[in-house]
Amino acid sequence: MTGLSTLVPLAAETSAPTMGPVRTTLVVTFTLVGAVFLTVGTVGLLRLPAVYNRLHATTKATTLGSASVALAGVARFGPGGEGLTAFVTVVFLFLTAPTGAHMISRAAQRMGVPFREGVEWPVPSEGDRESDADSDD
Amino acid sequence: MAEAAAAVTATGIVALLTSGALVLSALLTLFVGYRVIRGPTTPDRVVALDTVATNIVAIAVLYAVLTGQGFFVDVSLVLAIIGFLTTIAVARYVTDGDIIE
Repeated sequence: MTGLSTLVPLAAETSAPTMGPVRTTLVVTFTLVGAVFLTVGTVGLLRLPAVYNRLHATTKATTLGSASVALAGVARFGPGGEGLTAFVTVVFLFLTAPTGAHMISRAAQRMGVPFREGVEWPVPSEGDRESDADSDD
Repeated sequence: MAEAAAAVTATGIVALLTSGALVLSALLTLFVGYRVIRGPTTPDRVVALDTVATNIVAIAVLYAVLTGQGFFVDVSLVLAIIGFLTTIAVARYVTDGDIIE
């Protein structure tokens, strides 16, 4: 740690407080939840069949994972200073991840990327609710 | 323990867990690279690169938690902004053909 502090002069100026048991518990909990969600999102990105399904996995799971890890940063650095920056990161991730996923899925739909086979747009005005319920993913 | 005004390194279970989460996140980012290379369509690659950016945000925050150096939180915030802008730019480029008309 002293190696990086001597390499980067800014590193010696910012400090984090020592952690009590409550703060340690919060950091451990949020880090564990974040790691689980990151793993689930990456497995979903690798295993799901089409791009829309992969978007479903990554935008929910990975955003929740990164936001949970950033909440661990809030618990580590306190309510002010760097902890406030971590909280801004949480808010920014929650605002921008659905927007970016919507842009990607709309771009994929305009490019003509097909759905998974058997999946169509729902037609609510027609009388074939039963066949739509079969092809729902 | 280092009780000086410098950065306080995490100890005990926090250091162990954060180091493990760092290794896990790095491996996950490596696995996401498979989808970047092999993704059948361009939106697959965009989704995978967005996931890489989100994973690196988590890695920067985890490193800040591990070493106690707070400016890596700023690094993660800037990387989140850059990842969002990249996603929007690529999505607009593949649909409209240009980013700024």
